[in-house]
Amino acid sequence: MSRSLKKGPYVDEVLFEKAIKARETGSTMPIKVWNRSCTIVPEFVGQNFDVHNGKVFMRVYVTEDMVGHKLGEFAPTRNFRTHTSRQVRK
Amino acid sequence: MPRIAGVDVPNEKRIDIALTRIYGIGLFRSREILASTRIEPNLRANKLTEDEVSRIAGIIESDYVVEGQLRRQLQQNIARLRDIRCYRGLRHIRGLPVRGQRTRTNARTRKGPKKTVAGKKSVKEMR
Repeated sequence: MSRSLKKGPYVDEVLFEKAIKARETGSTMPIKVWNRSCTIVPEFVGQNFDVHNGKVFMRVYVTEDMVGHKLGEFAPTRNFRTHTSRQVRK
Repeated sequence: MPRIAGVDVPNEKRIDIALTRIYGIGLFRSREILASTRIEPNLRANKLTEDEVSRIAGIIESDYVVEGQLRRQLQQNIARLRDIRCYRGLRHIRGLPVRGQRTRTNARTRKGPKKTVAGKKSVKEMR
């Protein structure tokens, strides 16, 4: 079920303030984020975030298209592995 | 045979069924269109008058996204997800299910025919 409109998007308030401050000062220093479920709001556009994926921080540069998604969507938590093809192994 | 929304040529079926041949129009929308144009849904498609056909065509053009335009829209939506490299986009790139389904077994629609890997445990053994 989707979130109630009455509540509005879930945005980490501390993170939101940090982003506003970074915007005002024009700094593009990455902001470290553990809260992956925080929605990306228009105020975040143009900022760098270091989103934790459980192991390391993944650098995410927020563009306009990303608004409405969650920060965690851009820092995969799993490592996708494939088998090496037979030819390579020989 | 009437032509509606570009190249679609519906056949001698009831008009409500015939309209579902158009990509982007199912039974629900088909009936919606016929209700708003006040056309009997159980008329045969080839029995429609010129005027009725143009009324249907007009309402589809103005109120609905169908055929090529709809396909393009869907492609663009997926391309957007790919470009921003979000989780759903990555699943599309990989050709894996996008909505959190299991992939240990099944998921054959997305993954395609089985590729047997030596030494991999079968479903029966896993239980």
